[in-house]
Amino acid sequence: MAHRGLAILAAALALSCLVYLVIGVRGNWGFVLALRAERLAALLLVAASVAVATQIFQTVSGNRILTPAIVGFDALYILIQSVLVLAIGGLAAAQLPEIGRFLGETAILALAAVALFAALLRGAAGDVQRMVLAGIVLGVMFRSLTAFVQRLIDPNEFAAVQIASFARFNRIEAGPLWIAMAVGAAALAGAWAMRHRLDVMALGRDHAISLGLDHRRMLMTALVLVALLTATATALVGPLAFFGLLVTSLAHLVLRDHRHAVLMPGAALIAGIVLIAGQTVFERALGLAATLGVVVEFLGGLVFLALLLGRGWR
Amino acid sequence: MIEIRNLSHAEGRTPILHDITLSLPKGGVTAILGPNGAGKSTLLSLMARLRPLQAGSIAYDGMDIAATPTERLARKLAILRQDSTVGSRLTVRDLVGFGRFPHHRGRPGPADRAAVEAALGQFDLAPLAGRFTEELSGGQRQRALVAMAFVQATDYLLLDEPLSGLDMYYARMLMRLLRRLAEEHGRTVVVVLHEINYAAAHADRIVALKDGRVALEGPAAEVFASARLSPIFGMEIPVERWHGRPVALHYT
Repeated sequence: MAHRGLAILAAALALSCLVYLVIGVRGNWGFVLALRAERLAALLLVAASVAVATQIFQTVSGNRILTPAIVGFDALYILIQSVLVLAIGGLAAAQLPEIGRFLGETAILALAAVALFAALLRGAAGDVQRMVLAGIVLGVMFRSLTAFVQRLIDPNEFAAVQIASFARFNRIEAGPLWIAMAVGAAALAGAWAMRHRLDVMALGRDHAISLGLDHRRMLMTALVLVALLTATATALVGPLAFFGLLVTSLAHLVLRDHRHAVLMPGAALIAGIVLIAGQTVFERALGLAATLGVVVEFLGGLVFLALLLGRGWR
Repeated sequence: MIEIRNLSHAEGRTPILHDITLSLPKGGVTAILGPNGAGKSTLLSLMARLRPLQAGSIAYDGMDIAATPTERLARKLAILRQDSTVGSRLTVRDLVGFGRFPHHRGRPGPADRAAVEAALGQFDLAPLAGRFTEELSGGQRQRALVAMAFVQATDYLLLDEPLSGLDMYYARMLMRLLRRLAEEHGRTVVVVLHEINYAAAHADRIVALKDGRVALEGPAAEVFASARLSPIFGMEIPVERWHGRPVALHYT
């Protein structure tokens, strides 16, 4: 079933990618294209991961204001990394095999997320005020804890953590992080397989159970997927507080559809356009004078305020 | 047959239901009556597995709800809750279509679409099919939700105060429809009602709860009597006969 909105978004994304790849290429085309293609792939995966994680989280929590980033999933991920550096030292942490370290941190994040959020979502899903309050408190708590742990770390080793704590689009290390990309791609496939059940989850808990969904298991699965996607995106570019909110709100606005088969790809495409086109402008036109992260967060923050003040509760 | 055995339930430390044992025969309309706070909604939520059982068991045709996969139960029973809201922005047609989910798991076929269109017609929803649910009045939305539970095509249909928000016309229409579902389609309907005269007119059996216990149970023709109903509601409920039917005159 071809969807017109999705087709237009896909075309816009393809155009952004093309411009990103070929604009201002000098010298050895083969070398430049290979370099840019690798970074492009990483950006696309980050875009899709953040968008889909946000959409899933909003669906299972029954609100359109909170995102995994606002309730502190990525802060939790950085907290786990910081605790690791604190426990074994920055040098030792850096020497851990990349794959084992990423998988380990991701597994801990998934466990912690399920333990912390499953109870909250079961009790308060649908009760939007309570969710927003509890979610924001948790998010602030994770960020403060992270800041506290980072103060305990030796200043020399702090640099190892600090790089991970800010959004960075200009230096994406896609090479050594292929494992993150593999995990992210697998989680995206898992989310796609759940699309019909997510439509039913979006109706609310009682309807979902009545229609034969194992609500508890869906919640757990969704939280694990969100954790995997968040770990992928955070490992590749660092935390992005409002980016997910920005793109899912835009997807709802542009596509006006309740089906996750449309919403998830739509949000991912919009996220890709924002990241790729934005990065092109900042890298080529503005000569890295400003940071895309700041602009995206600023716009996302405005959307967050608009949703809070407006009628975007659901 | 619905078999409820030794069902007890507490909300925090407040006991809601005390050791309820009840069996409802297959087929027919059963009305659950009782004053506010008697535990009617809790009983229905437990019967529909919307809350975990604390003590006791519930089985449909021998199918224990604690032991049967929820997917299979969704083809056995459907529930419509009181004041149920819908999380998504949906058209009436899409909403009713979700009732078919237990049968197609996300890939509706022609039979599913036909069932949805038939239900839209049956519930007078065809003119509203393209409207979004938040643009409907409370009564219209209620009808759409009943239609959704209806297309789920389950043997058992549980409804918690489905008449709230419906005007006389649609309240009667809904009760007649439930009656027809039971008579023509052999479905078993369990419905929580506040207005006892609807029970007198349309129910085969009456179960009345009071303070979390079954206070009255039996064929409607037998138990719908002033002496039986008055103590349950704690007020005088005269029951007169009009054209051979019992009518409660509790308005004055």
